[in-house]
Amino acid sequence: MDLSSINPVLLIASLMVSATPILLAAIGEMVVEKSGVLNLGVEGMMITGAVVGFAIAVNTGSPGWGFVAAALAGAALSLAFGVLTQFLLSNQVATGLGLTLVGLGLSSLIGKPYEGLKTPTLPKAEIPLLSDLPVFGKMLFSHDIMVYVSLILVAAVWAFLKYTRAGLILRAVGESHDSAHALGYKVTRIRMAAILFGGACAGLGGAYLSLVRVPQWTEGMTAGAGWIALAIVVFASWRAGRVLVGAYLFGGVTVLQLNLQAAGADVPVALLSASPYLITIIVLVIISARGAHAAPASLGRSFHASH
Amino acid sequence: MDTPLLSISGLTKAYPGVVANDDVSFDIKPGEIHALLGENGAGKSTLVKMIYGLVTPDKGEMRMNGAPFAPGKPSEARQSGVAMVFQHFSLFDALDVAENVALGMENPPPMRDLARQIREVSETYGLPLDPSRTVGTLSAGERQRVEIIRCLLQDPRLLIMDEPTSVLTPQEVDILFQTLNKLRSEGTSILYISHKLEEIRALCDHATVLRLGKNVGTCTPSQRTAREMAEMMVGNSFAAPEARAKALGEILLSVKGLTLPAPGSFGTPLRGISFDVRAGEVLGLGGVAGNGQDELLAAISGERLSDGGSITLKGEDVSRKGPTERREAGLLSGPEERLGHAAAPDMSLIENGVLTAARRMGLLSNGFIGWGKARSFAEEVIERFDVRTPGPGTAARALSGGNLQKFVVGREIVQAPDVLIVNQPTWGVDAAAAAFIRQSILDLAAKGSAVVVISQDLDELMEVSDRFGALNEGRLSQIRDVAGLDIEQIGLMMGGASDMEVAHGAA
Repeated sequence: MDLSSINPVLLIASLMVSATPILLAAIGEMVVEKSGVLNLGVEGMMITGAVVGFAIAVNTGSPGWGFVAAALAGAALSLAFGVLTQFLLSNQVATGLGLTLVGLGLSSLIGKPYEGLKTPTLPKAEIPLLSDLPVFGKMLFSHDIMVYVSLILVAAVWAFLKYTRAGLILRAVGESHDSAHALGYKVTRIRMAAILFGGACAGLGGAYLSLVRVPQWTEGMTAGAGWIALAIVVFASWRAGRVLVGAYLFGGVTVLQLNLQAAGADVPVALLSASPYLITIIVLVIISARGAHAAPASLGRSFHASH
Repeated sequence: MDTPLLSISGLTKAYPGVVANDDVSFDIKPGEIHALLGENGAGKSTLVKMIYGLVTPDKGEMRMNGAPFAPGKPSEARQSGVAMVFQHFSLFDALDVAENVALGMENPPPMRDLARQIREVSETYGLPLDPSRTVGTLSAGERQRVEIIRCLLQDPRLLIMDEPTSVLTPQEVDILFQTLNKLRSEGTSILYISHKLEEIRALCDHATVLRLGKNVGTCTPSQRTAREMAEMMVGNSFAAPEARAKALGEILLSVKGLTLPAPGSFGTPLRGISFDVRAGEVLGLGGVAGNGQDELLAAISGERLSDGGSITLKGEDVSRKGPTERREAGLLSGPEERLGHAAAPDMSLIENGVLTAARRMGLLSNGFIGWGKARSFAEEVIERFDVRTPGPGTAARALSGGNLQKFVVGREIVQAPDVLIVNQPTWGVDAAAAAFIRQSILDLAAKGSAVVVISQDLDELMEVSDRFGALNEGRLSQIRDVAGLDIEQIGLMMGGASDMEVAHGAA
């Protein structure tokens, strides 16, 4: 095998592209879970975002509108989840699983006419000066706008939860909805807002797959990315920084194993293909095994103001 | 200083079937600690909920500094300067102290200023507390400090404290009292709810005593003895018990030097409890809630194991045996909490019957449940105890409190135990059902069982018991025959064993 065929600069550049869909979905889901809601429908919202974003981008010729439509589609799907779980008090696990099935089916239906079509993709957003840097310019600063948006989103979520009063209230609702209610906070309203945010993020993540990463529509193209996003949130102990690490690790190993396969590494292909899932989960388990598991105490519990 | 801070007149609140507050009037002056005293169910909580805007009164009015005061919700009460420290805390475990304080404020300052304010207040009032600590790691006393500081930061004129010492260690109680005295000296009024007489005598300027929702008198606690206040609380309404001639059998349950550490930070340790119960006898154990009642029941039922030799059933040491073995041997129990302790809320009455009666009633064969037998057992309990339910398949949760109570007590009595211990057998049950439960306890004893009844209802204890003892801070007073006991002696027994010698002298 010829390891010299693997270019580290290209490897890191493609790592960032490869990780972005999962990063977007995971950071959205993290906010949802911080508010005390467990939405297992990430996969369904992602693939719906992927197909709607693709369809709109093909029809309008603008990938930007594709992303907007994908975010709206993800949010619309999550709205259904929110109404069912928050107002009708359905079981969150069952409803989330149902949402994934609905999303997968709906996306095949919508996507049938778009199979094999090509889409306009996002241009590279070259950052002046920085992108001219040797090595680092190409590695870090020559990506499309969504890569930067996802990173900014991670930082924004981190700061929101840590420093703002609204973020504190969101965390409080996730910790003890009864106490929050007793202090006069609108539990259901806050959770609905978090659910919609999570849905929009998952939709964006899906659209990034179909509009930039691949860029094409194929049925079932998310291939479990939504589930990996969910796992990353848990193993990252609900911390924005660790979600970033987890997503980039997964993206990195994905790209690396593809490169290794291309270089003809003497490892079974099946093992290489499984390696991103294995390594990401092992590493995050090791990280989360140390220190406190900061699962929001009200995660997955239905709230009903009975007084 | 003549205008009272808060003046309450004719406040009435009725719930279906019970008048929680009946024409209650009293005044709280600026800068005084005013005690609200009464037994469980006397209407203390309803009254403070009305002041804090959680409950709207049916009749009567409140005036704050002479102006009408009718808060519709807690935030309106807070804006008028009323703050409340809850009995059950409203805190968030995973958040730190400063964040918890911020969440309870209407307009909190930025976090850094808030942390500084918390430090200042905690130093000023002698309530050491680090604003960056995570609340989940704090002790019960420290958690209460978080609530108190949350209140103090809003400069309250009236601070309501609902049984603040029930979760505190004696050292923490001292610290709390110093803080409250300092607040009083600064002109803050405190409404202090408790049923611990000594505390009120040490701390409060005035006391309003509630009994069955009515204001039965206001006094100056420091000028009254604990005994006098106990009499006001309990009242003289109950009929003096008559001696009952009874042939007593052998000793069935014997407890010797039962000592157990507190089960958790909120529990009470048991300290050297000893008593015997004979066949055909009912032993009544009184005392104010939280003095070891739950812990005693858990130790006797087998939920918690005690040192070998401390609990003897029919001459056999059962102290190291679990609940199932003790049930088989004939010792059954009925804990206080109906839903979640005595019965599994979401399971049917048949299933709940199986849970305690499986072995004793032969509902099992080769490890499988005989559902036919289980159903007829549940039906027997339902019929004999007149449990109103659509059928034995109904979930325990769906029954009204009184009916479920009849079922859980009946379930044990139908099994014809040799020894039965029940805690609060008629708590929250209407008068007819309560009378029925008491009669079945008496019938059980008449058939030769030994029964221990733990209750806070003295009338009930006087009605069913042959002998009476009181629990106080995990100790058991001397046990005396009910015949000839008067209210003063009972008050003394409940107040603590140290007063007992005086009682003997007086009697």
